Amino acid sequence: MTDSKYFTTTKKGEIFELKAELNSDKKEKKKEAVKKVIASMTVGKDVSALFPDVVNCMQTDNLELKKLVYLYLMNYAKSQPDMAIMAVNTFVKDCEDPNPLIRALAVRTMGCIRVDKITEYLCEPLRKCLKDEDPYVRKTAAVCVAKLHDINAQLVEDQGFLDTLKDLISDSNPMVVANAVAALSEIAESHPNSNLLDLNPQTINKLLTALNECTEWGQIFILDCLANYTPRDDRESQSICERVTPRLSHANSAVVLSAVKVLMKFMEMLPKDLDYYGTLLKKLAPPLVTLLSAEPELQYVALRNINLIVQRRPEILKHEMKVFFVKYNDPIYVKLEKLDIMIRLASQANIAQVLAELKEYATEVDVDFVRKAVRAIGRCAIKVEQSAERCVSTLLDLIQTKVNYVVQEAIVVIKDIFRKYPNKYESVIATLCENLDSLDEPEARAAMIWIVGEYAERIDNADELLESFLEGFHDESTQVQLQLLTAIVKLFLKKPTETQELVQQVLSLATQDSDNPDLRDRGYIYWRLLSTDPVAAKEVVLAEKPLISEETDLIEPTLLEELICHIGTLASVYHKPPSAFVEGSRGVQHKRLPGSAGSGESVESPDTGSAAGVSEAPPAVIPSQGDLLEDLLNLDLTPPTTTGPPPPASSGMQMGAMDLLGGGLDSLLGGDLGGGPAMGTGFGAPPAAMPASFNVPVSGGLDDLFDLGGGVGMPMGVFNPPKTVWLPAMKAKGLEISGTFVRRAGVIQMEMTLTNKAMSVMTDFAIQFNRNSFGLAPAGPLQVLTPLSPNQSIEAALPLSTVGPVMKMEPLNNLQVAVKNNIDVFYFSCQYPISMLFAEDGKMERQVFLATWKDIPNDNESQFQIKDCHLNSDAASNKLQGSNIFTIAKRTVEGQDMLYQSMKLTNGIWVLAELRVQAGNPNYTISLKCRAPEVSQCVFQNYEMVLKN
Amino acid sequence: MIGGLFIYNHKGEVLISRVYRDDIGYVSMEQSFGWKMRNAVDAFRVNVIHARQQVRSPVTNIARTSFFHVKRSNIWLAAVTKQNVNAAMVFEFLYKMCDVMTAYFGKISEENIKNNFVLIYELLDEILDFGYPQNSETGALKTFITQQGIKGQTKEEQSQITSQVTGQIGWRREGIKYRRNELFLDVLESVNLLMSPQGQVLSAHVSGRVVMKSYLSGMPECKFGMNDKIVIDKQGKGAASDDAGKSGKQSIAIDDCTFHQCVRLSKFDSERSISFIPPDGEYELMRYRTTKDIILPFRVIPLVREVGRTKLEVKVVIKSNFKPSLLAQKIEVRIPTPLNTSGVQVICMKGKAKYKASENAIVWKIKRMAGMKESQISAEIELLPTNDKKKWARPPISMNFEVPFAPSGLKVRYLKVFESKLNYSDHDVIKWVRYIGRSGIYETRC
Repeated sequence: MTDSKYFTTTKKGEIFELKAELNSDKKEKKKEAVKKVIASMTVGKDVSALFPDVVNCMQTDNLELKKLVYLYLMNYAKSQPDMAIMAVNTFVKDCEDPNPLIRALAVRTMGCIRVDKITEYLCEPLRKCLKDEDPYVRKTAAVCVAKLHDINAQLVEDQGFLDTLKDLISDSNPMVVANAVAALSEIAESHPNSNLLDLNPQTINKLLTALNECTEWGQIFILDCLANYTPRDDRESQSICERVTPRLSHANSAVVLSAVKVLMKFMEMLPKDLDYYGTLLKKLAPPLVTLLSAEPELQYVALRNINLIVQRRPEILKHEMKVFFVKYNDPIYVKLEKLDIMIRLASQANIAQVLAELKEYATEVDVDFVRKAVRAIGRCAIKVEQSAERCVSTLLDLIQTKVNYVVQEAIVVIKDIFRKYPNKYESVIATLCENLDSLDEPEARAAMIWIVGEYAERIDNADELLESFLEGFHDESTQVQLQLLTAIVKLFLKKPTETQELVQQVLSLATQDSDNPDLRDRGYIYWRLLSTDPVAAKEVVLAEKPLISEETDLIEPTLLEELICHIGTLASVYHKPPSAFVEGSRGVQHKRLPGSAGSGESVESPDTGSAAGVSEAPPAVIPSQGDLLEDLLNLDLTPPTTTGPPPPASSGMQMGAMDLLGGGLDSLLGGDLGGGPAMGTGFGAPPAAMPASFNVPVSGGLDDLFDLGGGVGMPMGVFNPPKTVWLPAMKAKGLEISGTFVRRAGVIQMEMTLTNKAMSVMTDFAIQFNRNSFGLAPAGPLQVLTPLSPNQSIEAALPLSTVGPVMKMEPLNNLQVAVKNNIDVFYFSCQYPISMLFAEDGKMERQVFLATWKDIPNDNESQFQIKDCHLNSDAASNKLQGSNIFTIAKRTVEGQDMLYQSMKLTNGIWVLAELRVQAGNPNYTISLKCRAPEVSQCVFQNYEMVLKN
Repeated sequence: MIGGLFIYNHKGEVLISRVYRDDIGYVSMEQSFGWKMRNAVDAFRVNVIHARQQVRSPVTNIARTSFFHVKRSNIWLAAVTKQNVNAAMVFEFLYKMCDVMTAYFGKISEENIKNNFVLIYELLDEILDFGYPQNSETGALKTFITQQGIKGQTKEEQSQITSQVTGQIGWRREGIKYRRNELFLDVLESVNLLMSPQGQVLSAHVSGRVVMKSYLSGMPECKFGMNDKIVIDKQGKGAASDDAGKSGKQSIAIDDCTFHQCVRLSKFDSERSISFIPPDGEYELMRYRTTKDIILPFRVIPLVREVGRTKLEVKVVIKSNFKPSLLAQKIEVRIPTPLNTSGVQVICMKGKAKYKASENAIVWKIKRMAGMKESQISAEIELLPTNDKKKWARPPISMNFEVPFAPSGLKVRYLKVFESKLNYSDHDVIKWVRYIGRSGIYETRC
């Protein structure tokens, strides 16, 4: 048994040698040779040249050899489809073998040979195997249906395999049931609306019975399937929960997590005052804790899920803080996740323990972990007011360690603590200032500068400190530059007499020497503000800041709900919806938790208060980095954002709400700004370099600037292309067809005018489509009821569905049509505007848009020019909306309007667009991003067509 | 579902590759299938195996493809997918796969994998179909995946195999016969502790396993009972006369337990009774966790004093805390030392102590120690002066030991065996019970 020798042969001419050995008469030698071939295949050598020789070895009684040949076939059949047919006979024969193990092996392998030509030979054996007397063969055949569906969905439907598969749910053998459920669930995923699984109380009952008897894996398939069911009422929901709870004691963590998913979902429907509800909550905690004694990889999966569960239902684990304490030898990924959950569970009751732990962690080795621990201390301070003082002193202790990254991290969080509890802990500023020189990360520098600016009146040498930063102004990151600009303006407003020079210096650095438009804009705004109305400037720049929220980086409620429905899966590990990482139509379906029982309004008991708070106040918890446009354009306007407010509240943006110049000129210089006259000279007028646009009425421009895609007008009429001649009479024995496509209320229609230009009457019309890119197919027969007499025309409207067979066409929107009448069959092809396929629900949420835009690789971006278009951006937006192209946001930068738009194709592909419209320039620029970049060209053409008509 | 499964050696060379789904390669533009697969395979090698950094997550997403991996000694097992699979299931499957391989050919090593690659492919074909895990109980697998061919089977045997693989009792075959019916029950516990330097218990729990070796004929029906508080209390109420104080002391509160798939979970849920038909041979019947009234077998009292910048004085006292008649074994105390240690002098009353520079620790070993005893070690650690500003992180002092009792207090009350068809009764079965308590992560901060 030293098969490892097969891995070492690398000499030249090996293929020829193998060929000879494969054709040898000796059985042993043959087998050895096949083993060598498989070994080569494994390490990545191309041994496809041996295909015929290997296939010749297939006819054998030796099961081991047979399995090896099958393995080879599965890997190479695709590259040699014609040769693969050679193997078909043996498969068909094997499917009749008296030994059930061989029958199953044959049907299993055949399904893995992904060659179109083979599939038709597969149907008969598969049909037999699905009804085989042996459960082992049936359970293998059930999975084979899923395999076949993956190769040729239409074939599976046509052959009626889906119905057979549905019947298997009632099979007497639990493993057959489980595999049938798995196969059906997978097939159903690619047909979101087909209701294939048809879950009703009877099938649910069958599944629950099988659940008790099948293997651990089968239990997972069944539980995952159950989770998709929505019970009719709270009683049904409770009875399912009761039958699922025993699974929480299963040794397999995946069974436990899938059971938790079902319970978390169905619990939504139970009335909160029900005793059973409380019992269920109590039952959930122990198994979740037990998951933490599994292997580290599973712990990681469990922790990511627990993170979601505590956000949704914090009451479940509120007493279990200790189990999340980090162990010294935990892998780093487990440590970081535990830390996250510790913060979420921190409360007044356990804060002392938590803080002691966090302080311990802050001395560990791993830099990321230490940073996170320090940040966690800050978050505790913000979350639990009573602990704030202790947190601050802990942070000060940590600053004393002088470990560079600990100090920086501490300063960043102390800034947030200052925001949350103003005028309480400022005594520590002196300590912070001592560490000014050691800060080398932008976030920490910006935080420190913010502190200096904010408390300038208490720091004697604030001007010196800020001045020291100013020397290397252009080497700083934008974040620091912006912060420095604001801080110096604050300083000036507080101590105008001594700092005039400094402020002029920074303003000129920001406006004249910088290439960054945001920095320049902010510089000009301050400049103009200071020069016209210092009182207003003071009100604006030194305005009271809104309080920052307690909980940060909570997952947005709708996303959280969706993720709860995906407990145990990759989505719950990534904390992203499946559509963000799964391609194609799979997983695009968004799952939702069922509504609560009885009354529509969900009355939460007080102890679930925080969960309720989360779902009711989404704006407060949206992570600040989520602001669409800001991130998209990399504006970097805000101060460090771990716990910061949403950007509009930060200093630069606040002004958007105010009429900057209104009344400002008339107001008197405030007495408290003693340096009034001096300022007059300092801020006489903006420098000549200021762009002209600033001299025209500024408020309008600014309004525009800050109108981040607020109201977009109502849609205008829908544009539909005029009818064109598709089939000229000359080519079709007198039948002329002209037509167009329209989309009305979500239904695509093909509207045709049929004209008889022949001499005889036409009857018996029928229509068929070839396979096409988006699966367009007639949803019903062509309705031409009356015979068409010579020279008569008739209008026919054919509703279309998008669930037909799919094949990529060139161009993508090409549709090949066959029309039949009593005379002959005629073929023509036409192109439909791709907007027919834009679904009505194609408006993406801002968050999702932003995430998706970033997520799609830049290679998938394509840019086009639309020439000679004279609409303004609002009109364009309205017009496009008529075609289900939705404007999500709008932004204006230097007279150029940017529209961010999304559309969704019926097959679930999203297309994101950025449309740039420059006032007075008839040429638009459009950038399209899509996971399937092939559609971009079509979409662009559609834009052009819609905008120009 | 799982799209493919790969096994790599430590260099990142592929030892086993089994592709179940096309989607994990790069979409069908490129006809040569082999070439496509290489991309996914290489992506994992470059991004995970060869990554400079420590592994930051056991799940990695590279180019929209998700890789799950586990590592056993030098071998990486990676499952690849493009779909939203059940992540917990994938990891459970990878562990199971390791178990199955170990059961077939012992330790998972490059040598063993290369020697058994044909067997591994055969196993993968059986236990993972189109990415869906199938029956993976070694007991059942071994009946028909043998590497010896299955030529000689009669029709009856064949259908027996298939009904076992798919059947309700997939873990046991019919017709097992033993001359002597015997079973061994091991209660194996690992006690975990995290203690503050002041002796305050920060967290402590016992995770226990009941491992059973059964050599029983036929299809025996078993019932297992232990001193579970819930059961005892229930019975106590029934008997009424039993004095509550006594039964309360003898029973333990189990926080949570999980069972082998042979245990009827619904019965446990409703009656809290543990009944099952056991697999043949060795298997793990249940796992449990307790946190209340744990007997901590040892207490560690550390004392670390920094003398100037170049010297540390360490004194550690350990106290055993169990019946004097019992003996703890394999005691090992590990005292971490700073990285800049230049020399160490140790004095200990009992056992042997050594400074191991490569592990940055003083390792103190004691072969045996009775209950209610105390022992002590003191060490002087010389340090090299460094200009490293960061203070030494002071990792916790950890301990290993083995004691002949269950630190949770768990007691087996009975294990009854019923076999109605064959004529042997509960009394004829020879039963052995053993308790072993081991240290899990047993740490004291200093």
